[in-house]
Parts: sequence; structure tokens; C-alpha cells
Amino acid sequence: MVTPRLPIEAGSIMVFARAIGDPNPIYSDPEYARGTEVGGIIAPPTFTQSSAHYDPDFPLRPRIGEPWMGSGREPTGIQGGGPVGGAPGGGTGLHAEQHFEYHRPLRPGDVLTFETKRGRTWEKAGRRAGKLTFIETVIEYRDEHGELVVTVRNVGVRTERVVDQERG
Amino acid sequence: MALRASELQVGDRREAVLVEDLTRTQIVQYAGASGDYHPLHTDEVYAREVGGYAGVFAHGMLTMGITGRLLTDWVGDGRLTRFGVRFVRQVWPGDRLTAHATVEAIREEEGVHYVDLAVTTTNQDGDDVVSGYATARVDP
Repeated sequence: MVTPRLPIEAGSIMVFARAIGDPNPIYSDPEYARGTEVGGIIAPPTFTQSSAHYDPDFPLRPRIGEPWMGSGREPTGIQGGGPVGGAPGGGTGLHAEQHFEYHRPLRPGDVLTFETKRGRTWEKAGRRAGKLTFIETVIEYRDEHGELVVTVRNVGVRTERVVDQERG
Repeated sequence: MALRASELQVGDRREAVLVEDLTRTQIVQYAGASGDYHPLHTDEVYAREVGGYAGVFAHGMLTMGITGRLLTDWVGDGRLTRFGVRFVRQVWPGDRLTAHATVEAIREEEGVHYVDLAVTTTNQDGDDVVSGYATARVDP
């Protein structure tokens, strides 16, 4: 498998900062950023999440010309709602934990490569969701020199049944 | 401005309301920015009829991203060395999100000063939606 590349781009940083509702000019204004300690635009702490765009196998992105699990003429374009959504009353995959370790800030112009490694897997009995299966994934982002820039550890959980909560 | 270890005390806190009324549009914005287009977050029909949920809900990583603003506003840009959370509760459109950070330790390692923070974000009912930690490099 080819290791995917994540080019860090100023426009993507601006769009990402808008989406998380952060007006800090360090993410969008090069002149402001030049006068700061870091000396230029950097990416917000959770920015590597956008590497999904560059992961050729990322399952949660519609594929051109292929059926998609979201609604169109029908509530889902895939029989049974697809592999991750789960059928009514069925289980769902959810994000349980996310951990970042930062070795240096990300800057426009960086081109990172990232490697995803399967971590531990464990099970736990849930109160409402039935059996919970936790799956850990470690992603290492490195720069052009092979130096570690960000390490991500993410824990996903698959539930046996849908866990719903009342709206506040 | 970076924080100074000498001016920090265990128990120092910051909190800020970071989202007054979370919109479905912001969730869609995050889907586009992050590349995570799971219809549970963006497609009300799918979320109800296929997912079995009351409606769409926010990506956990949107809540974590929103929470990060409190940290970088406090410790300064490019100063975080660690940031981690557990996703405790779902975040729904209409939620008001308040992030909280509390100094747990101020320490020195190989001549570098760090502050360890406990981090939570709560909704309008005062319930945690994410709960975690962060560490930042600070000046002496």
C-alpha cells in the first residue's frame, strides 16, 4: 500500500478553523501570524483529522458513481444502511477517544505522510448498548525528513445496539 | 503571550462558552472540512430512519476541535504538546457548549516547563460531552 500524503495548505487550514468556530487570525492572516511567536500560519490542534480527504480508502466519503449510504430517493442508497451506519435497532460504530501528541506545529507547505497501525482491541459489557468492542488505531504523521510531527491515537467503539439520548 | 510557570497555580481555571446554539450547518461545515461525511452527522433522514437516532448529531471531533480553542486561547499558539479526550455524550443541534480547563500540575522536565490541564466541555444541562487533558509548554 502507498503511504498517503497530507499536504498542509493555508486554504484548508482557514476552512477547518471556520468549521470549528475558531476566529484566531493565526489560522488565516499571514501578516498577523508573521508577528507571533510561531512566525507564520499554523494548523489548529485537531487539523490532522482532515487527512481523511487524502486517505484513498476512507469509507465515510461518497465514491463517484457508487451507491452511498446516505439518503436520496430512499433513506439510504445501500441495502441495510451500509457497513457503518447500522440498521434500525442495530449497532453503530462510534468514536470513543482521541489523543494527540504534538512534536511541532503544522505549517502550510508541509507535506506529511501518515501510517495507520492497528492498536489494541478489547471488550466491555455496556449498560444500554450491549457488548462494546473497542478498537485502537495509531496514526503517525511524519514530515519530508521522516521526523514525527503528530501522533494520533484513536479509539473506536462498536455497540451491539443503538445508544440514543434524549435531546436536552 | 505564552504562560509563565512562575505565574501559574494548581487550580487556576478558564472557561468559555464556545458555541451558543450549535447549528446543523456547522456540523455540515465540519463534515466538509474534515472529510468525514458520515450521514449520521449530516443527513436527518438517514439518522432517523436508518440510524435509529433522534436526528443528526455532531462529530465527536467537531466537539474536540471546538474545545481546542479554549486551550490555544489560554496557552498560546503552537504550545500544546498533548491533547486527548473521551467522548462522553452526544452533542446535538441546539446544544450550548462550554469548555473548561483547570491546572492540575506545573512541572519541569529537562529544563522545559509544562502545565498539565484537565479539560472538559459541558452542554446546557451541565453534563460533560467530552472529558480529557492537555499539556502545554510554558515559559519559566
